[in-house]
Amino acid sequence: MAFNFYDFTNFTHNIHVGLNESFSPFAATTIEWLIVGTSYLLFVALFGLLLVYAERKVCAAFQQRLGPMRVGPWGLLQTIADFIKLLMKELIMPRKADKFLYNIAPFIVIIASFLAISVIPFAPGLQSLDFDIGVFYLTAVSSVGVIGILLAGWSSNNKYSLIGAMRSGAQILSYELSVSLSLLTMVVFAGSMQFSTIVEGQRDAWFIFSGHIPAIIAFIVFVVAGTAETNRGPFDLAEAESELTAGFHTEYSGIKFAFFFLAEYINLFIISGVATTVFLGGWMPLHFGNFESFNHVMDFIPPVVWFFMKVFGVIFIIMWFKWTFPRLRVDQILTLEWKYLLPINLANILLMALVVLTKFHF
Amino acid sequence: MKSFIEYIISIFKGLWTLLIGMKVTGKYFFTPWKNVTQQYPENRNKLVMFERFRGEVIMTHNAGNEHKCTGCGICEINCPNGSIEIISKSALTQEGKKKRIIDQHIYHLGMCTFCNLCVKACPTGAIVMGQNFEHAVWDRTQLIRVLNKPGSKISEGVKE
Repeated sequence: MAFNFYDFTNFTHNIHVGLNESFSPFAATTIEWLIVGTSYLLFVALFGLLLVYAERKVCAAFQQRLGPMRVGPWGLLQTIADFIKLLMKELIMPRKADKFLYNIAPFIVIIASFLAISVIPFAPGLQSLDFDIGVFYLTAVSSVGVIGILLAGWSSNNKYSLIGAMRSGAQILSYELSVSLSLLTMVVFAGSMQFSTIVEGQRDAWFIFSGHIPAIIAFIVFVVAGTAETNRGPFDLAEAESELTAGFHTEYSGIKFAFFFLAEYINLFIISGVATTVFLGGWMPLHFGNFESFNHVMDFIPPVVWFFMKVFGVIFIIMWFKWTFPRLRVDQILTLEWKYLLPINLANILLMALVVLTKFHF
Repeated sequence: MKSFIEYIISIFKGLWTLLIGMKVTGKYFFTPWKNVTQQYPENRNKLVMFERFRGEVIMTHNAGNEHKCTGCGICEINCPNGSIEIISKSALTQEGKKKRIIDQHIYHLGMCTFCNLCVKACPTGAIVMGQNFEHAVWDRTQLIRVLNKPGSKISEGVKE
């Protein structure tokens, strides 16, 4: 069972064959589920910790501070210490809260994130779900999370939570439109909704280069709307500290709060991952037309490394404008969506269709 | 049509101003050696506090152990929370006149809010704000300080 760092197709295929040889098909499938689920859990937990650390360090650097420096070298163990603290905290239930909804809300949020993360291709053969309607599936499941947020706000028996949840709902529902439309622009260009096909189509040039102007506009719109959809700053008015304490998760403590917190960072990863896959070529290396030697050097870097380099690039941009711009007011947020992003998006789709029809692309 | 053009212009203007903001923070990010935060116990040996920092009230003494305090008590009156106590005594001048001089300038560091009013009010500039901030002691009686050094006297030429 050779381990190829450039193509995981054989690796996963061999695991599948090996399991089917030694177990019954039912048991083999169950074990595969467990393996996939465990690896996603591990990945999400570790990546979440890493992202929280990165966010604190990046934020500190933008504000001319140092960030966490005390726990471990350069504060590397800070998030682990925070996580252990969160695990040990008491779970507090507000009086007269709706017990069932209150308990189920964090799980809905995190399950939606897990569903969405499953379609992202990390490397060739390293993608657990490869639907032919991948983009459609992604937009569908990523909007399930808003139900969890609304439930959390509703069941907490707290006016801050309810207002925060309502704001969050209004915001996510509006920005879902922009996310889908900008993805649709790229679907028009790629001619497929399947993520693996979309990535394969970027072998010679990433879509943001080959699609030129409409692709760049779609990328900007996607990053802005995606940030809004993950409830991150400057669109974090759902948890505006100065007016709503912590918004929909005010009443949550311990591990349930950790779920919301983790879900926010997974969503950040998903948005960056989708932006990477659809616009920046996914795990494809950077290729320039006919520079054979350059392309060969780029091929030498494994696809997983390419994918994560691009993801961290997009995450850095999102963090950059989170820590630069002030928070928008609720009417400004809806103005931005309905009066600016949506018309731009619709015009952009037309432009993209025109580009595709006239074959005016690289 | 005019409003449509204005709408398009507003989009680009908005994007431009956002980019200006990102340029400012980007400059901060990519120059980490200019960070403001310092790591305190590690840099203790080379730490220099700014001149404006108010750490404690001190009375300056020159080389001949002379200070400028006349014992007038204006700082005591000006202190909003009674951190300063002036104990004066009378002494004879060279001409044989009786004159009030400072015996003990008592300063309760534990009560001080570092408002700087005493320093501003002092007519002779005898007391100033020092920059030392490491005031931890084992017993709060150690926070009561006598600012004029033992055996010190008022320097010549300080007008009352």
